Amino acid sequence: ERQLLPLVDLEPEENPRLAPLRGCLLALTSHRLVFLHEASLSARALPLASIVHPYPPHRRHNHNPLRSLFSSSSSSSSSHHPRIRIQISLPPSRSEVVAVVVTCKADVDVFYGRLLEAIRARAWEAAAAAAPAGGAPVAEGAAPAEEDLAIRMPVVGVAGILRKEQETWESAGQNLQDAFQDLNALMSKAKEMMELAEKMRQKLLTNSSAQSNSNDEEMGSKQDMQDLLLSVGIVSPVTKETAGALYHQQLSRQLADFVRVPVERAGGMMALVDVYCLFNRARGTELISPEDLLQACSLWEKFDVPVMLRKFDSGVKVIQTKTHSDDEVFARISSLAQKPDALLKGISPSDAAFTLGIAPALAKEHLLNAENKGLLCRDVSPDGFRFYINLFNEIDLQNIHLPKAHGLYHTWISLATAAH
Amino acid sequence: MQRTVDFKLPHFFNYPPYFTLQPVRETREKQVQLWKELILDYCRSQKMYIISLEEDFPLFSNPKIERSLSYEAKEVFLAALVSEGRAEWIDKSHKKCLILWLRIQDWANYILDFVKENGLEVTTIEDIRSGIETHGTELAGIDRGVLMRALRLLEQKGKAVIFKGSSADDEGVKFSV
Repeated sequence: ERQLLPLVDLEPEENPRLAPLRGCLLALTSHRLVFLHEASLSARALPLASIVHPYPPHRRHNHNPLRSLFSSSSSSSSSHHPRIRIQISLPPSRSEVVAVVVTCKADVDVFYGRLLEAIRARAWEAAAAAAPAGGAPVAEGAAPAEEDLAIRMPVVGVAGILRKEQETWESAGQNLQDAFQDLNALMSKAKEMMELAEKMRQKLLTNSSAQSNSNDEEMGSKQDMQDLLLSVGIVSPVTKETAGALYHQQLSRQLADFVRVPVERAGGMMALVDVYCLFNRARGTELISPEDLLQACSLWEKFDVPVMLRKFDSGVKVIQTKTHSDDEVFARISSLAQKPDALLKGISPSDAAFTLGIAPALAKEHLLNAENKGLLCRDVSPDGFRFYINLFNEIDLQNIHLPKAHGLYHTWISLATAAH
Repeated sequence: MQRTVDFKLPHFFNYPPYFTLQPVRETREKQVQLWKELILDYCRSQKMYIISLEEDFPLFSNPKIERSLSYEAKEVFLAALVSEGRAEWIDKSHKKCLILWLRIQDWANYILDFVKENGLEVTTIEDIRSGIETHGTELAGIDRGVLMRALRLLEQKGKAVIFKGSSADDEGVKFSV
């Protein structure tokens, strides 16, 4: 006998015809699991040899975040108790899953560990005397599982797939938990660091207030101390208020180094929101706020960095390289708008986004810019917002019915006449 | 108000941005000019004097390309004509507009030239508007208000005298060429 669990339920999971066994004493021996039911003075045993696979214990609702997300509430009253699901094989070639629901406050994980140990030890193989299993097996009172079933069968078919699936669930749940634990650890550490910083700041403050007539030198060293705190990245909200400039300066330089490559790859311009996501993803857990990012960007004017913050008339903010030229973009838009199809039907921001290989929001900004330059003009209709190459300047005011026999307007007329 | 066949619409009438009020200043200036020209041309050819913003006006929509002017756009284009003295708001709420494809001064000169050429020294207002003599000229079907203003301008210059008949219908005018 290895381990005892005072109060467990035994539930067949796949075969609803089998009545569950409640309130048993579960004993784990080297050969079998014995369920002793005191109320009815009966007992059942499950030979370890017939166990194909024991699943790790889990608590349906409290423990496995994935499962609790996806499974509807369990009908079982014992759903909040930890359970160990066991896949057993039955002769001739069936398998069932039963669940051992631990309703008492025992350490399930320890029990599970022992169970695994017992199965791996394969004591029944070592025992030469093939004693038939005592008591009836769990399922349907079928013939006792033979000892020669001890060789673990490879699980194939639906059962195998189900098991694989189950294992994937379990490990995903485990991962999630680990991840959250890491995060919690970080959070608690952050809190400690904050407290530390705050404490040091308080000390500095009390020092200065205690010696209000302290000379400049002392004030300077106090400032140094604060700068030191800031430079190692410990920024408590209060100190950030008093001397936050350094934090943003460093952030600003780091950001400038970081964004140069992705911005160049994106064609010289990127929306600020995209940069925010990219930058925070690169930082991992030490996320910065949008305000910090904006401040860092606005500090670029003071430094010699290859990127700059630009605000379009519409309010959209982008980061672009200083070498990025609008003329080049205009040239591309112009040639796009002069294609026969675009001459007749205009271009939408998404057309331009597709051709220029940039985000639609940015493409719209470029189009609006080109409109401002007089390159394009707009057409607002129930069909949507489209841009056309600007023909207004091509039309001779003195002679509106006799267009020139060349030029863009002429091309447009011949196309339009053909189309209508 | 059907568009008559003898008015040929310019090509840019099928250019969709022509029907959207352009926000960029230079582009809009050019657009407004094109609209002014077209409205004057059209009214002259159709002998139309009044454009009402709330009624359909053939120029203000193009079913072929499924575009039409917004109320704001119509107002902008007509206001541009008004500011050049080529149109006048009839009502205070700017819903009706009198189009002067000839300014009152130009009308006065036109009438004077016509009278000189035809030796028509004494006539009635109604004869000018629908008489045989003026048939086929710009004066045929002239807006009564416009005609009266032109004549009064001539009267001020001492080139004509308006005299009243027994009813409003037979007001007469005597030109002193």
